[in-house]
Amino acid sequence: MAEMDTSSGGGHKKGPGVKKSKKLSTRVDLTPMVDLGFLLITFFIFTTTMSQPTAMRLFLPKDTEKPEEQNKIKASGALTIMLGKGNQVYFYEGDDPTKIQASNFKDIRGIIINKKKSTDPKDFVVVIKPTQDATYLNTVDILDEMTINDISRYAMVDITADEYKLVQLTEQANGIK
Amino acid sequence: MPKVKVPRKSTNIDMTAMCDVAFLLLSFFILTTSFKPDEALSVVTPKSVSTKAVDAKNAVTITMDAEGKVYFSVSDENPGEKETIISTVDQLRSLGLTEEEKKAFIRKGSFVGVPLSNLKSYLQLNADQIKNFKAPGIPVTDTLNNDLVIWMRAANTAFAGAKMQLFVKGDNNAKYPSFKGVIDAFKKNEIFKFSMITDPENAPPGTELFKKQEATGSKKAG
Repeated sequence: MAEMDTSSGGGHKKGPGVKKSKKLSTRVDLTPMVDLGFLLITFFIFTTTMSQPTAMRLFLPKDTEKPEEQNKIKASGALTIMLGKGNQVYFYEGDDPTKIQASNFKDIRGIIINKKKSTDPKDFVVVIKPTQDATYLNTVDILDEMTINDISRYAMVDITADEYKLVQLTEQANGIK
Repeated sequence: MPKVKVPRKSTNIDMTAMCDVAFLLLSFFILTTSFKPDEALSVVTPKSVSTKAVDAKNAVTITMDAEGKVYFSVSDENPGEKETIISTVDQLRSLGLTEEEKKAFIRKGSFVGVPLSNLKSYLQLNADQIKNFKAPGIPVTDTLNNDLVIWMRAANTAFAGAKMQLFVKGDNNAKYPSFKGVIDAFKKNEIFKFSMITDPENAPPGTELFKKQEATGSKKAG
């Protein structure tokens, strides 16, 4: 491959008077070239951005004051998830905020799945209420959880003062600062 | 007994094939690589299972850094819209920007992270000064004084005919109130669709989405 046949009419015996010209090998040592090639490959592998960022779509509901335009939800099918400080999650079922329970991002999936199984799909709705102590990461995580568990009806709503107070009380009781 | 002749083999290996492979891979990586753009803000985005790729065309990006400061930027591919945006903002708030200051906004890679009242002085800074400038962020958390509303109204006007792609790029540690302020600014301008820029992540095994992806064989979600 890397050498060329430079001998002309191989096998011929040259006459006695003909001077034998020195045959130079055209074989090139390719090892340094390979070294260089792999060096550049490693450089490009390390600098390349493998994972392109993705976009996560979110549709916001229209704010409306008119009651007839608002979507009514059945209290029995509602699961309210509140995001607190320190990556903590609080939730309650139905419309009674005093039944608040503490959870975290690992366990919330099981809770969502259980609730989804035990309720009529028509009535099932998840209400997400991030508090002012929650981070953007928490918000995206919980929205992602909706996609993961294939929940079609969910809403992001502002937390009420009473609920925030309950979250704070639970935080204090659990010693989360 | 005759001696068994062991032919002496050369230890010289033909490197040509290896060289071919090396350069083939090299050309592949050169062609596929896209360098990370030099970003003025370092933002660590959260992960999501969404698989939709980000398209930079007609993009308006709202960036939130770790401290919850909000920045506004428009894709460099739309210099015309950028001009309309800065002119509209200028008119809406009668800031009295000069042509020079407007050009500073249209310049490549520019982003704004100052209240509208400071916009004029911010646009007078040169590139070196901007590097050292500590931007206070666009105020959003105060509902009465949400400057992003003005920016979004201007963006809406500029992209009136085309389809505007609105992206929110937030840092993991940004607090929820800044995100809410951004959403409020969108809502006030009747924008109800936007995308959040995230890093890809696989669906956790055993979940509904995982089963769905298995069933369809594709990775379409969100």
